[in-house]
Amino acid sequence: MRVEIQNLTIAFPTATGISHAVRGVSLDLGTEKLGIVGESGSGKSLTARSILKLLPRSARITADKLSFDGIDVLTANESAMRAIRGRRAGLILQDPKYSLNPVMTAGAQIAESWRMHRKGGAREARAAAIDLLAQVKINDPGRVFDAYPHELSGGMGQRVMIAMMLAPDPELLIADEPTSALDATVQAEILRLMEDLVARRGMSLILISHDLPLVSHFCDRVAVMYAGRIVEQLGAGELAQAKHPYTRGLLDCMPALSQPKPRLPVMTRDPAWLA
Amino acid sequence: MAAGGARKLAATAASVPITLFGLVLVTFLIGRVMPIDPVLAIVGDRAPADVVAATRLELGLDLPLYMQFWIYLGKLAVGDLGRSVMTSHTVWDDIKRFFPATMELATVAIIIASAIGIPVGVLAAVKQGSRFDHAVRVICLAGHSLPTFVLALISLLVFYATLHLVPGPGRQDVVFDEMVPVITNFLTVDAVLAGEWDVFWDAVAHLIQPAGVLAYFGMAFIARMTRAFMLDALAGEYIITARAKGLSTARVIWKHAFGNIAVRLVTILALSYAGLLEGAVVTETVFSWPGLGQYLTISLLNADMNAVLGATLVVGVTYLAFNLLADLLYKLLDPRVQ
Repeated sequence: MRVEIQNLTIAFPTATGISHAVRGVSLDLGTEKLGIVGESGSGKSLTARSILKLLPRSARITADKLSFDGIDVLTANESAMRAIRGRRAGLILQDPKYSLNPVMTAGAQIAESWRMHRKGGAREARAAAIDLLAQVKINDPGRVFDAYPHELSGGMGQRVMIAMMLAPDPELLIADEPTSALDATVQAEILRLMEDLVARRGMSLILISHDLPLVSHFCDRVAVMYAGRIVEQLGAGELAQAKHPYTRGLLDCMPALSQPKPRLPVMTRDPAWLA
Repeated sequence: MAAGGARKLAATAASVPITLFGLVLVTFLIGRVMPIDPVLAIVGDRAPADVVAATRLELGLDLPLYMQFWIYLGKLAVGDLGRSVMTSHTVWDDIKRFFPATMELATVAIIIASAIGIPVGVLAAVKQGSRFDHAVRVICLAGHSLPTFVLALISLLVFYATLHLVPGPGRQDVVFDEMVPVITNFLTVDAVLAGEWDVFWDAVAHLIQPAGVLAYFGMAFIARMTRAFMLDALAGEYIITARAKGLSTARVIWKHAFGNIAVRLVTILALSYAGLLEGAVVTETVFSWPGLGQYLTISLLNADMNAVLGATLVVGVTYLAFNLLADLLYKLLDPRVQ
């Protein structure tokens, strides 16, 4: 599995003209864990979702190359994309409160995902879904299977989401801020769970976050995005050697217990970064 | 959670008698303050003064208004709606005879309206901004702004008078009159029960035009609401999830998006059905449909106040009942409302 992105641009028509949300992003992903870090509106989600062609309808997307394992995503039709979506690449969204269908039980949603890509009847799908729920460390999978999303906590909902996306056994998992809507204690559990499952299945992972230290701890490589561009790519261990002032600024404004600062610095943004 | 649900349900149920009382009061007052003399309607305008005075006394119109209302309530409590001057039957008997014709009309109308309105609304939302969507919005807007009688008259002119596609006004041709025994008072159903297929097809032919006109207004409302609900649902994050799972477009639309609006749509259908029962008044008059609407109109023109009050109450109670039903269905079908 290999994702190649070269000179990706995503633009939206607005009342005042065309607004470019992603401006010439190039990325290469093999079987590895890549973190994409950036603030809201930096284009990190759009970049990742473009691999699945799950962008808002008004988005205008151009690229020199955008391919998933040799398949040209730019020219692929809907049915070719459906062969990738779910089956070969899953997507985990931020808040299970909104990303799970509120009128379907958790189990039905996992079973649907399983049946979509595997041959099997309703009974096999149910057994597979319960097995998946157990794999994401849910203690009482039988009960959660029949629960509606509003009856689950945020952490449980996100486990259901992970189980649903792992059901077809994809090669790539895109996690778009998977823990931002969760409590701090639950965040660590969910990340550990994902790390474990990704490693055990030999999957690739794209983890999108605004938390630079967290991502670098968790991924092999980190791409830092700012205003629609990748400003810096670093190995996870090389965070200290970050050169770009934006990356440095992000690191500086993190509070640390080991070195308490009386006052956190506020980043001064250089308009030159936008170029 | 269950206790909370029961309490909510009880609150809904408790609001019914209050609304009902308000309905009776307003209907009664409108009937009394209208510049119509019910005595004149009975005795005629050439009756001697002493007869007029005696009739007035007999009807209790000399009593103060609150006494009259109290007496009316008392009679209502035992199901006595009074007697119609015009038909000389009790109002209750008249309603039993005329209301099924209205129900039949509204039922066929709501079936046509949903069968067209729901898919059209869904498609318009899926293809938002397309020519189809714009056309649907214009057609729906017309359904909201066009008076019923205009559309009904145009329809009569085009389909009956010019194209001769449908039979004229009324519920059936004269030759079929009283050919089938009255069981449900739904002419189509009674014809099927009696095995009289000629009567059945004649009834359908007569039904299709007024029901179509009525359905247009229901369709406009249902399509507009379906479109709005679907736009809301399609913007949901869970739609991205469903697409990311690799589901087919049809499944994303009908299972995931439509599945989420189905409950709200059921309540809309219940309300439109009630609205169509009510809206049948004008349609029935134009098409000489012997239903409650026509009964109400004729009674009003003849100052037959007992009949007017009775028919208004029936329409009001039906409307309330469907509102309550919509509420109950919502609470029953949505897993989030416990």
